[in-house]
Amino acid sequence: MENHRCNGDGKESFKPPPEIKFTKLFVNGQFVDSVSGKTFETVNPATSEVIAKVAEGVEADIDLAVKAAREAFDHGRWPRMSGFERGRIMSKFADLIEQNIDELAALDSVDAGKLLASGKTVDIPHCLHILRYYAGAADKIHGETLKLAGEYQGYTLLEPIGVVGHIIPWNYPSTMFLMKSSPALAAGCTMVVKPAEQTPLSALFYAHLAKQAGIPDGVINVVNGFGATAGAALCSHMDVDAISFTGSTETGRLVMEAAAKSNLKTVSLELGGKSPLIIFDDADVDMAGEICVAGSRVYVQEGIYDEFVRKAAESAKSWVVGDPFDPNVQQGPQVDKTQFERVLSYIELGKTEGATLLTGGRRCGDKGYYIEPTIFTDVKEEMRIAQEEIFGPVMSLMKFKTIEEAIEKANATRYGLAAGIVTKDLNTANRVTRSVRAGTIWINCYFAFDPGCPFGGYKMSGFGRDLGMHAINKYLQVKSVVTPLHSSPWL
Amino acid sequence: MAARRLACSLLSRSGAACAPSLSRSVFGGDRIHGSASGVLRGFSTATAVEEPIQPPVQVNHTQLLINGQFVDSASGRTFPTLDPRTGELIAHVAEGDVEDVNRAVVAARKAFDEGPWPKMTGYQRSCILYRFADLIEKHNDEIAALETWDNGKPYEQAAKAEIPTVARLMRYYAGWADKIHGLIVPADSPHHVQVLHEPIGVAGQIIPWNFPLLMFAWKVGPALACGNTIVLKTAEQTPLSALLVSKLFHEAGLPDGVLNVISGFGPTAGAALASHMDVDKLAFTGSTDTGKIVLELAARSNLKPVTLELGGKSPIIIMDDADIDQAVEVAHFALFFNQGQCCCAGSRTFVHERVYDEFVEKAKVRALKRVVGDPFRKGVEQGPQIDEEQFSKILHYIKSGVDSGATLVTGGDRIGSKGYYIQPTIFSDVEDKMKIAKEEIFGPVQTILKFKDVNEVIQRANATRYGLAAGVFTHNLNTANTFMRALRAGTVWINCYDVFDAAIPFGGYKMSGNGREKGIDSLKNYLQVKAVVTPLKNPAWL
Repeated sequence: MENHRCNGDGKESFKPPPEIKFTKLFVNGQFVDSVSGKTFETVNPATSEVIAKVAEGVEADIDLAVKAAREAFDHGRWPRMSGFERGRIMSKFADLIEQNIDELAALDSVDAGKLLASGKTVDIPHCLHILRYYAGAADKIHGETLKLAGEYQGYTLLEPIGVVGHIIPWNYPSTMFLMKSSPALAAGCTMVVKPAEQTPLSALFYAHLAKQAGIPDGVINVVNGFGATAGAALCSHMDVDAISFTGSTETGRLVMEAAAKSNLKTVSLELGGKSPLIIFDDADVDMAGEICVAGSRVYVQEGIYDEFVRKAAESAKSWVVGDPFDPNVQQGPQVDKTQFERVLSYIELGKTEGATLLTGGRRCGDKGYYIEPTIFTDVKEEMRIAQEEIFGPVMSLMKFKTIEEAIEKANATRYGLAAGIVTKDLNTANRVTRSVRAGTIWINCYFAFDPGCPFGGYKMSGFGRDLGMHAINKYLQVKSVVTPLHSSPWL
Repeated sequence: MAARRLACSLLSRSGAACAPSLSRSVFGGDRIHGSASGVLRGFSTATAVEEPIQPPVQVNHTQLLINGQFVDSASGRTFPTLDPRTGELIAHVAEGDVEDVNRAVVAARKAFDEGPWPKMTGYQRSCILYRFADLIEKHNDEIAALETWDNGKPYEQAAKAEIPTVARLMRYYAGWADKIHGLIVPADSPHHVQVLHEPIGVAGQIIPWNFPLLMFAWKVGPALACGNTIVLKTAEQTPLSALLVSKLFHEAGLPDGVLNVISGFGPTAGAALASHMDVDKLAFTGSTDTGKIVLELAARSNLKPVTLELGGKSPIIIMDDADIDQAVEVAHFALFFNQGQCCCAGSRTFVHERVYDEFVEKAKVRALKRVVGDPFRKGVEQGPQIDEEQFSKILHYIKSGVDSGATLVTGGDRIGSKGYYIQPTIFSDVEDKMKIAKEEIFGPVQTILKFKDVNEVIQRANATRYGLAAGVFTHNLNTANTFMRALRAGTVWINCYDVFDAAIPFGGYKMSGNGREKGIDSLKNYLQVKAVVTPLKNPAWL
């Protein structure tokens, strides 16, 4: 604890929070109060203080937003523009985001506890890149002409699916907003976005910039609110054609159920994970140490296990936890009280289950939701800390002997979002790559996200892919067109 | 190297609107005023005799562009580039020859082998291409004026359709730069197989004079998106605009040596590029005869792959159920657009016998209304031909048409006594064996042929060494489908013509060339394919 430079001690923030300009709902191109007039508080996780009161959307607000999106889709310009025109407007949107990087990064920092420095230099530039990627993709959505068995001319048209609902989480408010909305915009869809109730602020700013860029009214609507009310209304709405959800596996199940019970809307889910990171004896231990901060289940081969444990503990102890506005800080607070308490309870659980607490394990300071980087060793597969998603700075270290054992253990989970491999051996890398059931495999790297690289889960981590050209498919319908050919010289 | 080519741009998305509304370009009709063919005088009272309008632009760049620098030619020689309105001098331009091509290839080689261009991420390259597009847009009118001055094409066509299309093409290719994906392919045995698409290296590109900057964009866009470096030889008739925009490209952040521009002639600079041992790929647009030479030089040197966009004698087929007024307008445009200097010009107009007489009469009326004159004048549809050589050649073909017994419906002569203006000319009663029905005229000469039934016209339409494009006018879906499949041509336009989008591939069957430009297919011209294979040891599945 004394090794952490913790700043959750009630001191002044490193920098004053940004001015909050938008707190209403964004429906049909206008910022409006909720139908009920109700609001909810959004809190700065670094100080537990209220930042702003935000309009609270419920079913009635979702209805209005869907109606606007429906109108914009059925009769508006957006789906009737050429892909190129949509791409031009999206490029303009990206330029506006670029001009407002500082303010957007500050909003995520104050609202979600994101590190300000990396928001400015990594997260928001990454968002821009995603938006520009899909701006360039908007005129590259190709159907196919088909060689058919009979004397027919056949082809496919890829058409926008219609009104899309996006429900996004609080962990990467900006990235998630653009990761969901950009491919849907490129496809020609209109949408209703429900941001997480913990982090509503940057989404409203993006909606404002989208309008400035020339995205027609009704194409992007943002309704803040809670999952049980606004989220549920969106998922069961009869006029929403597709829903794209990122969040927990439990909530994903509800989303899918609501879709099944309403209009069978297309669902894509990007859910939880318990992603394994497998470190082999031949690994560069220092590199493995840097990468391992990301893995929630870290499997280390027995030959380097002891050395790795020592270095991991050192590394965790030197990790700087504190005010996300401080550029030297590596870890900010957890997003809210619920998450904070949930993480601490998992740490307690780990101890009771018999795992060894190597380092960390407590909150940092007495204000805000800071937690020490925590490492457990002697973790067994059947322990809940090895099976369930903790979503906090808690790593479980486990030892393995053979490659077969590592593969088996890595796959012994209901999740399959991602996996990491650290090895210098090409055959090991290739074999584990093919053998682990996960949507993304990072070899000697981790969190190497790229706009062109699809991301999504196997098994109960969900289905469908975000990012890359794959993501556009979620927002397209396929129409097959067939007509007879008479006396064609070739087929 | 009398390079030429078409390209056209734009024009009527639907085919319903045409020449007078050069307007309905890819960029939407609302940007362009469909000026007025009816308001101005037709060619019979041509304006060519008037004093030429002073172009609103200065010529600032006449040197070669090598390794990011404007330099004189190694020999110090220059050649004149002329105003087609008068045949008078616009500027003396540095004349590139073998030594200049060598220097440009060295620069391109270094820029490729040492970077930074091919080592940048696709995203970084795309940002530069987008910035270039923005600069083109910013300097649109200046660039268009230079294009018109050097080429003779109507200024409104350049400013409202062609130069905006250059920006649009650059944005299209910018979007591809970070989406060049290879496949992971299945193997029969336990092997992991990756297919990498890598830039091919130094690309030599030889472009024609008929659409100088559109051809620049068709060539340079995909090559740069894929990470190649370039030595570009412009046509000797139209060297100016490429130098100006290449300077803008460097302002946009293009590294030195990535794009080198050599002005010069085919037999010297062009041949040096085609036979260079350090050029990895060659792309040529021009005549079929020159294309043969280019391919031969590649074969004799380092076997560089060659893509060719060559001549055409493209048929337009008008069925008796077609909307005749629309067909007349579109067929008129398909031939006369850009002074008839389009490689895909609809230069064999096949009309069903039941509507033949009506079609010919209406085509004549339309041709007589065509506004010919100083291309800088508002409302002008047709400027002068590019140069003396083309001018004489076209007049020679017109004489050949008369001599072979075709009926001269209208036109047939030059306009005025200065510059290279030719009357919009129509021949009817043209037969397949006549020279004017077989050879590419590349001028404002429409030849109208008669046919009886579908099978006959398919056979006649395909009876050519060319296969660049074709047009079909019919309301019958089955007839349209039959033609679509039966015509041996790289593009078939049905109830429209000259619709050129960034994503629509363009290129020829038969002796109209090989390879495709625009669209995703164009990227293949500039990519090497590398298969990477490595064994898999006991993977869980294959």
